Amino acid sequence: MNPPSNLLPDAEALGAAETPFQQVWRTFRRDRLAMAGLVVLASLVVLAFLGKLLTEWWVVFDPATVRLPDKLLPPLSTPSHSLAKELLPPLGAYPFGTDELGRNVFARMLQGSFVSLSVGIVAVSISLVIGITVGGLAGFYGRRKLAFVSIDTWLMRLTDVVLCFPTFFLILTVVALLPPSIYNIMIVIGITSWMGTARFVRAEFLALREQDFVTAAKALGLPELRIIFRHMVPNALAPVLVSATIDVAYAILTESALSFLGFGVRPPYATWGNILADGRSYIFDAPWLFVIPGSAILVVVLAFNLVGEGLRDAMNPKLRKRAS
Amino acid sequence: MGRYLTRTVLQRLLLLVVISIISHLVIHLAPGEPTEVDPMNPMMKAADIARIRQAFHLDDPFYLQYVHWIRDLFSGELKSFHDGLPVLPKIWGRFLNSLPLFLCTTLIVWTASFPTGIQAALRRGSTYDRTTTFIAYTLISIPGFFLSYVLILLVVRVFHLPVIGLHTFGTESASAPTRLMDHVWHLVIPSVMAALTGIAVLSRYVRSQMLEVIEQDYVRTARAKGLDEDHVVYGHALRNALLPFVTMFGFLLPGLISGSVIFEQIFAWPGLGLLGYEAILARDFPMILTLNFMAAALTLGGILVSDLLYALVDPRIRLE
Repeated sequence: MNPPSNLLPDAEALGAAETPFQQVWRTFRRDRLAMAGLVVLASLVVLAFLGKLLTEWWVVFDPATVRLPDKLLPPLSTPSHSLAKELLPPLGAYPFGTDELGRNVFARMLQGSFVSLSVGIVAVSISLVIGITVGGLAGFYGRRKLAFVSIDTWLMRLTDVVLCFPTFFLILTVVALLPPSIYNIMIVIGITSWMGTARFVRAEFLALREQDFVTAAKALGLPELRIIFRHMVPNALAPVLVSATIDVAYAILTESALSFLGFGVRPPYATWGNILADGRSYIFDAPWLFVIPGSAILVVVLAFNLVGEGLRDAMNPKLRKRAS
Repeated sequence: MGRYLTRTVLQRLLLLVVISIISHLVIHLAPGEPTEVDPMNPMMKAADIARIRQAFHLDDPFYLQYVHWIRDLFSGELKSFHDGLPVLPKIWGRFLNSLPLFLCTTLIVWTASFPTGIQAALRRGSTYDRTTTFIAYTLISIPGFFLSYVLILLVVRVFHLPVIGLHTFGTESASAPTRLMDHVWHLVIPSVMAALTGIAVLSRYVRSQMLEVIEQDYVRTARAKGLDEDHVVYGHALRNALLPFVTMFGFLLPGLISGSVIFEQIFAWPGLGLLGYEAILARDFPMILTLNFMAAALTLGGILVSDLLYALVDPRIRLE
């Protein structure tokens, strides 16, 4: 009963019962660790947005509220009676305790989840944009010459140059010299981590370039940029998606390492990295200041890694066949 | 072979020059200056700042500063902004401190990862495999300094072992064996902690390489002709799985400089990573640039070494 405008027979008639996405999802779903990671990440996203809303709009929830009489209280303790009424924490308790200024660690962690997550995601988006552009151009225009040397050689040598910099050292240097801000950290992590993506995309493009659908697109006279970004990039995304997931984990770890060395995101922003780095001074008196953010980072980074590995397995056609 | 070598070496040298120019650009275009390290110091008058800028050639145009740096570096006269000491001997001294830590870490990583990875591959899907996989991911995901702090607490409280610095304060006059043991403890604990992540990454890699090889026809043939399992695994499978790891030896080299900033900072270990960190804090440009240059040179040298090693062990590869 299809309307006549639908000239293509539907997928089942062709025998291909599933879209590629469904195939990947079917394999991915079997991987229990990866599914657990996905659940953690989904709840983290919800938490991050919830945290952003709560800490922005609800004054008692403000992570910057200082309650000096209540400093260094262990988790689940109730506020002291000397506190003014409008300063009482919501729910009448501190779920994760308080820090050296009596700030509510739970509120700070909530705020930090949004900041940490956005550091990871923005940094990786920057690296994806650079990596896909460089890799795509190198793969597509590879043979064209520019001043005696092919474009491919130019771009890949550029990638080699950036690869030769000791990454963490470079990040440290730049972050130390630039005025401290959360955006600089995102940008610096982004522009020092695109090389892997560029190489993946180039390798995929070298194979895709010879495929019939690209020839067809060229024969139709489509502009080259449209061929690259509309037709070829989506086909080259599988390995990129995997490495991007793992890169987010890496970016979150880098941010915490920078905080540890004193170059992290500055106050008033709370990130899990700088809560952890500040907490180490109180490791004997208030271990929760150290253990809570540390475990949170561990769980989230682990979740990103597991999802990345699960995706890699699910997108690998060799393994997929074996699984089914 | 000879032509390949000359061409790659020349290419790498050119790359090195480009890298040093870019690192100069990064450092000089970024807004921080050595004179701004201590802006609140009342003793720093405008005239002093001008004098310092003059002495460090900071007012010269960019290309002149670069030429100064290259000239001083290769004549060995490059001096640190921070304390006026020559840069190269200072780096050499720190290098001697970093080397034992680096060697010890590498040794632990390589000896621990192979048995773990091979076993995981042989017993694919078993409880052992799944447990090590999960532990490996956990170790990869944990912030290095978080784990170290927790473990330091454990080591110091439970085993009463010394952990910070090169040796325990006040043991200079102790007997030689005592001092040796003291050194060993100070070396082993940071190495183990720095090695944990490495073991996790490398054992995963060993596992996937072994899985790839173990399905090959020649392994089945070896089994079919009745060789014992150990011979099949170690004589036939492992030897072929080892090939990609030869290349990794080359990539180890740069880790000597930048790999250990965090661990050297935690354990107050006066090595190259900590030197770089201090230089960055003090905006000691000559030191930062030289360390960066050396790290890049080590990376390029490492890639070259691994290419050559690969050609050496794998007869299928021919360099041209």
